[in-house]
Amino acid sequence: MTIALEIKDLHVEISDKEILKGVSLNIEHGEMAAIMGPNGAGKSTLASVLAGKEGYTITSGSIKYLGKNLLDMPIDERAAAGVFLAFQYPVEIPGVATSAFVRTALNAQRRHRGESELDGIEFLKLAREKAKELEMSEDFFQREVNVGFSGGEKKRAEIFQMSMLSPTLAILDETDSGLDIDTLKIVAAGINNLRSDKLCGIVITHYQRLLEHLKPDTIHILADGKIVKTGDKSLAILLEEKGYQGIIEAA
Amino acid sequence: MAIDTETINAVEKATKDYKYGFVTDIETEFAPKGLSEDIVRYISSKNDEPEWLLEWRLQAYSKWLKMTKEDPKWANIHFPEIDFQDAYYYAAPKTDAEKPKSLDEIDPEILSTYNKLGIPIREQEMLAGIVGSGNVAVDAVFDSVSVATTFKSKLSELGIIFCPISEAVKKHPDLVKKYLGSVVPQTDNFYAALNSAVYSDGSFVYIPKGVRCPMDLSTYFRINAAETGQFERTLIIADKGSFVSYLEGCTAPMRDENQLHGAVVELIALDDAEIKYATVQNWYPGDENGKGGIYNFVTKRGACRGKNSRISWTQVETGSAITWKYPSVLLQGDNSVGEFYSVAISNNKQQADTGTKMIHIGRNTKSTIISKGISAGYGQQTYRGLVRMQAGAENATNFSQCDSLLIGNNCGGHTVPYIDSKNFSAEVAHEATTSKISDEQLFYCQQRGLNPEEAVALIVNGFCKEVLKKLPMEFAVEAQKLLEVSLEGSVG
Ligand SMILES: Nc1ncnc2c1ncn2[C@@H]1O[C@H](COP(=O)(O)OP(=O)(O)OP(=O)(O)O)[C@@H](O)[C@H]1O
Ligand SMILES: [Mg+2]
Repeated sequence: MTIALEIKDLHVEISDKEILKGVSLNIEHGEMAAIMGPNGAGKSTLASVLAGKEGYTITSGSIKYLGKNLLDMPIDERAAAGVFLAFQYPVEIPGVATSAFVRTALNAQRRHRGESELDGIEFLKLAREKAKELEMSEDFFQREVNVGFSGGEKKRAEIFQMSMLSPTLAILDETDSGLDIDTLKIVAAGINNLRSDKLCGIVITHYQRLLEHLKPDTIHILADGKIVKTGDKSLAILLEEKGYQGIIEAA
Repeated sequence: MAIDTETINAVEKATKDYKYGFVTDIETEFAPKGLSEDIVRYISSKNDEPEWLLEWRLQAYSKWLKMTKEDPKWANIHFPEIDFQDAYYYAAPKTDAEKPKSLDEIDPEILSTYNKLGIPIREQEMLAGIVGSGNVAVDAVFDSVSVATTFKSKLSELGIIFCPISEAVKKHPDLVKKYLGSVVPQTDNFYAALNSAVYSDGSFVYIPKGVRCPMDLSTYFRINAAETGQFERTLIIADKGSFVSYLEGCTAPMRDENQLHGAVVELIALDDAEIKYATVQNWYPGDENGKGGIYNFVTKRGACRGKNSRISWTQVETGSAITWKYPSVLLQGDNSVGEFYSVAISNNKQQADTGTKMIHIGRNTKSTIISKGISAGYGQQTYRGLVRMQAGAENATNFSQCDSLLIGNNCGGHTVPYIDSKNFSAEVAHEATTSKISDEQLFYCQQRGLNPEEAVALIVNGFCKEVLKKLPMEFAVEAQKLLEVSLEGSVG
């Protein structure tokens, strides 16, 4: 396996406060990496910087994805290159039907990559297939993006969007929080369906339950802006027992 | 934003035969600059008008002279004094020799706008006034002179009259005499008086009793000759139990001098009749510094004269440097219904003061106002609405929803609702919101692959959805593209 995503000594500030203090992380093709860590450690910050959100100052370090310098690319270009972020707090877009939103996004990405756009019929066929996999009712195609969705519905809709857009770098920020046990299983199965040697995944979570379903290849602990420990799935079990404090102190 | 391909296909199919249909030769001929009784007589004689109409115009002119000081100053718009003696009031179309020979001779900026709007080449040629290109199957108002209409024969089988108002004056003088100025009196306001004196032409529609007009009637307005004020006059009459949907759309080429547009539109709905009037207005708004652009001072009013009648105004206003416009409904007949659905955009240095008036006179009358105002750049926008419940308006109801969306920190959105109720049984409900496009929303859309402009267009389309869905499909598609083009450069 070769390295797909290479984060090197990344330092990030928000309004003059350093949040990421030298994060280095390599993810191989087909690898599923989990990132765990205490509240406020910088996990979402890392996810946002990967996706290209504005408002962060990269003071040093680099991010390479498939040989390209990600930090030089605008947000939409990164998306077209395969970067997908499932938001910890998905955003509402009033008045825009979910299906229209996803179709606009998918076709924008396809145009960007020089591929032909999907017409209404092709799109609907694909959307129905994916909705079925995620056991979602088609009613939600016409619902406005995230408006009035329950917490769990929002997370499930994020995974629906992800499966429609079929990214190669998927960053899931606490997709499991707010999901009931049954929905968690369905969502995990949805994510597992997308796994291939083309996809690298970064799963940010606080709980071991999602990881039981996803069986990540690696687990990293991010604390106070740094990766303090890296291991396999036994690390998550250790964490459940000892808590972050125990592990950080031992590190 | 992306528009459903099947929608576009369907629209193309539906409008193909509709948009191209007749050939016209255009020549230009100016009346001398300035305004005088002689100019009024000149316009009247050019149109070969009967004596009564000339008298009517002259009366309006003399009233206008006395009104000169009453130029509406209360609106929240700012512009230099207009010199009414420094404009032309009549321009017939250009001669072939004066017209551009091909699109190569047209300002590339104009062409790029046409392309962004997805206007087909043929139609671009027509809009740009290329020699021998004038093909449009609607009652096209090329500058001031109305050119022939195509669907006339089909419509005339049903007894529907759809023709230039100059023609209606000759062929249907009784109808014109009875209704012209009956909804918007000559002295209604400064610009209405001016229009009454110098209007050059416009459209006339009459739908006979019990007839449903089988197609949307459209007029394609444009402003062509430089420095020519446009004074259209539209009169639509829906007789008892009839129905008509009317579309008005505009595009204008780039120009430097501010141009005055002062149209008057009058609608009359008799018992059980319904008129739907939709406008997509995209006149040149001026450049990003506010130079050039159209001054759009329009008076549009409908009278629900009969019981159970309905009038709805739907407008998408993206153009003009300055817009001053309040399509209104007089709810005279019992149980009559008035509706106003509006999307207005002010970008760069555009100023818009727009809204509606719903005047409830009859019993159980009902009105709905949905206004969506979008301001970006240094744009300033004011919603100004009046809901009046007259003493006789038993159980009348109004619902108003006015939403403003701000893009960036330098623009403004203002809501000024006036409510005046003289009847205790009448109900008036007003809701207003102001929101901004959040960075989170923009990030979310871009993360999914939209570029910043597509992201703004998508969010704006969502914001306007309630209004856009009121438009006929072909217009809705055009309107969506317009929103995107109009907001270019508003982010990033
Ligand atoms: N826009 C901002 N302005 C100021 N501080 C910020 C901003 N965004 C994040 N921070 C701070 O950066 C730190 C890291 O936040 P981040 O959201 O990345 O944490 P997290 O690891 O995702 O936490 P959680 O597990 O609670 O989701 C926190 O201290 C947070 O308050
Ligand atoms: Mg977080």
